[in-house]
Amino acid sequence: MPRNKIIIAIYVDNQYGVLSRVTAMFTRRGYNIDSLTVGETESPEYSRITITLTAEKNDKDQVVSQLRKLYNVKKVIVLSTEDCIKRELLLIKVRNTEQQHADIVEATNIFRTKIIDFTDEAISIEATGDSQKIDAFIEYMKKFEIIEMCRTGIVALDRGGTNIWSEHED
Amino acid sequence: MKMTGAQILVETLIEQGVDTVFGFPGGMVVDIYDKLYDKQDKIKHILTAHEEGAVHSADGYARATGKTGVVIATSGPGATNLVTGIATAYLDSIPLVAITGNVRNSMIGRDSFQEIDITGITLPITKHNFFVHKVSKLADVVRKAFELAQSGRPGPVLIDIPKDVQEAVFDFKKQPVKKPDPIPCCDDEDINKAVKLIKESKRPYIYFGGGAVRTSIGEDIIKLADKLDAVIGCSMMGLSEIPSDSPRFLGMQGMHGRFASSVALAKADLIIALGVRFSDRATGKTEKFSLSATKIHVDCDRAEIGKNVPVDLGICCDIKDFVDRLIKAAPQRKNTEWIKKVEQLKQREADAYEGLPFLPRDTINIISDNIKPDTRLVTDVGQHQCWAAQFFKFRKKRTWITSGGLGTMGFGLGAAIGSSIATNTRSVLITGDGSFGMCLNELATAVTYNVPVTIVIFNNHALGMVRQWQKVFFDGRYSNTTLDRKTDFVKLAQAFGAKGFKATDKKSFEEAFKKAYKVKGPAIIDLTIKTDSLVLPMLKPGGTFNNLILRREDISDAEK
Repeated sequence: MPRNKIIIAIYVDNQYGVLSRVTAMFTRRGYNIDSLTVGETESPEYSRITITLTAEKNDKDQVVSQLRKLYNVKKVIVLSTEDCIKRELLLIKVRNTEQQHADIVEATNIFRTKIIDFTDEAISIEATGDSQKIDAFIEYMKKFEIIEMCRTGIVALDRGGTNIWSEHED
Repeated sequence: MKMTGAQILVETLIEQGVDTVFGFPGGMVVDIYDKLYDKQDKIKHILTAHEEGAVHSADGYARATGKTGVVIATSGPGATNLVTGIATAYLDSIPLVAITGNVRNSMIGRDSFQEIDITGITLPITKHNFFVHKVSKLADVVRKAFELAQSGRPGPVLIDIPKDVQEAVFDFKKQPVKKPDPIPCCDDEDINKAVKLIKESKRPYIYFGGGAVRTSIGEDIIKLADKLDAVIGCSMMGLSEIPSDSPRFLGMQGMHGRFASSVALAKADLIIALGVRFSDRATGKTEKFSLSATKIHVDCDRAEIGKNVPVDLGICCDIKDFVDRLIKAAPQRKNTEWIKKVEQLKQREADAYEGLPFLPRDTINIISDNIKPDTRLVTDVGQHQCWAAQFFKFRKKRTWITSGGLGTMGFGLGAAIGSSIATNTRSVLITGDGSFGMCLNELATAVTYNVPVTIVIFNNHALGMVRQWQKVFFDGRYSNTTLDRKTDFVKLAQAFGAKGFKATDKKSFEEAFKKAYKVKGPAIIDLTIKTDSLVLPMLKPGGTFNNLILRREDISDAEK
């Protein structure tokens, strides 16, 4: 069966311990999470968890059904990977040298990223975009010496006027 | 009314209709026990020998009645001793509320004496669990726990209450018990699809499990089978839901199920699965399971549909509603060929075994013939459990109590005590010398409360089921399965204050059983059986029901 990347958005009670209940389900059922983000939502009583994983169709149904059984999980939807807005944030710090700094600055312009810290030793860059853009930017930055980096994982919303509570097809 | 947390807990238990709790006191539940002391007229507390015994008793109580079992244990080791019992209830979808104490909120996270993160530990084996931070939340948490334990697919819920919450004072007001939301009904469209598949079938098989026990639909299943001219089989968890002598009933199918039941399942062209989860013990290798059959799977848990076996029509709904409506909608069918074929399978099974002396089967038959219909038959785990499942003649619902999913050795005695206390009837525990060794401390509980439990130990001086595998698949290399223990179970019974009997054959067993069954409190029969008795049929690992091992002669191993 073909394995696809899927994005799942989950509304959960904004309480301590809920995140571990959600991730424990993945551990218990043997599914590997590719990325996970969690944060507050428009309503203070809920948090939104966005999880991406690579899975077969069967696994997708199983993950969604198992998530829906959790008491603190209020809503689970699978976002269409093509037809949703998704973004990821990258912070990357590369070594600043006299020979390379012009190249680095040029790359940040071409990728439309932003320099947020600049010292004699290092340049720190903020990049936002979909995962492919972030991947491409990191790949390019490998030319220089990457001191440290971190990426947030995907956050995603449906296109158009709907929200998580609207009717969705599984 | 102002009350302490401990009082609120006890009052809420009474409000929820709890009449019996099982447990073991300790430092972090001493406040709760103090308040239970005041309410002995409302709640009977059964003190067990070990927390594991308490949780198995609460589980047995739930299985025998369908009500929620309640267990109380202290923090730390008290709480961890519940883990096996909670997992047992989880795997078999048994409604259970486990209440643990914990150290004060201010002591949490400091590795305080007897502090353990029991909500963390039980996270994957509960439907949900609660850590109660504040006394203001306590009553509602307890109510929610009872609601969750019984709603949809039942299961265990744990409530962890720190000591300061038990001491703190808050207002309590009794509330009416909230009934769990009903499980949705099925759509007409689903019924139409099912009818269409039925019309296309010539070899229908109804396979039911614990969900049928839960919804008590035995009579409806028989009616449906009559309408479809189908045969019926069940998983281990489904036993006792329909009488064993029902003409269309082939018994339990599966790895050690009845031959005709398992083979018919493999030969069916339509399987209607009701309240089952296609466990690997019931299906054999799931990838090869009845590949040619069309499968209709109906369950109240959507996550079960398609989890283990792909199905053609999966319906998440109340299985009773589905069966009721299907009986009305389905056409009367006639499958003469199929019924004839199944009769041949039954004959083949009978030919293979009939007339041959086999003490385990004869013993189960003697028990069947000598007990009242409402006596609960409880088992531990292993060969004796499979023999009981195969041969016992069930007559009444909820009379079969066994650890199906987790396969918990040591489950039996606690569960037998719980079921006897719940129903005020006798239970018969069938166990093995291996399993019994794990839980025999609860004999003390049975004696203290004078619980009418007749214990039959199938004593083969071995861990029989593992030994059977070693015989068949490991060239008879019996690594650590020989129990050369010299335990005298008759004296053991006497030491605990119970009656003890010994039997070595059919005749002496029958005599001993008749006596033991009349003993008011607990009694043990130590029945010697052959060390190399086998549970047959047997499914090879990775095999399918088309190549079941039916007879001893079919085992090609070095020892034969």
